[in-house]
Amino acid sequence: MRVRADMPPGHVRTPGYLRGKIGWVERTLGPFPNPEQLAYGLNAQALPLMRVRFSMAEVWGDASETPTDTIDAEIYSHWLEPAEAPHAP
Amino acid sequence: MGGGAAGPVPSEQHDFSLWEKRVDALMIIASSKGHFTVDGLRRVLEDMGEDAFETMTYYERWIASVNQNLIEAGVYTTAELAQRMTQVAARGTTYGEAASD
Repeated sequence: MRVRADMPPGHVRTPGYLRGKIGWVERTLGPFPNPEQLAYGLNAQALPLMRVRFSMAEVWGDASETPTDTIDAEIYSHWLEPAEAPHAP
Repeated sequence: MGGGAAGPVPSEQHDFSLWEKRVDALMIIASSKGHFTVDGLRRVLEDMGEDAFETMTYYERWIASVNQNLIEAGVYTTAELAQRMTQVAARGTTYGEAASD
């Protein structure tokens, strides 16, 4: 999956350094209230939350010290879009 | 923050002052009463921008965020807050009666 590369103003939980990066879904965690609505006191819609795994090579590129190490991040499904070939080592 | 160099991470424990404990308690009370969520707290903290993280302490940022959220929730107005701050300032630089115990 690719994390959407959007940078909208306002409260977004999806880390900026992962936007536009490609990872693979390690597991699905179930529905959780959308923090983008909770942050403004709005009624929050329950959305699927995914644990997504990224390689350091994907996140940091040539600057990566340990390219095959991975990092997991929990990202709501509306921030993910299908991508070609996941970078699973 | 934001991938910038943060220097060494201190591992020793440190004591919190009374006002810091009160800020923590206020956050828990206000959110348990439904005035805002931890997401609301984070939103205001992140909106403060980088400078706030250089110039304000952890609980100074927290009380600013709690205050902003409580005003947005309509718990009190800025005018009411100003009036209360004047009353507190009139006590002097200590905690007033609490400090004389």
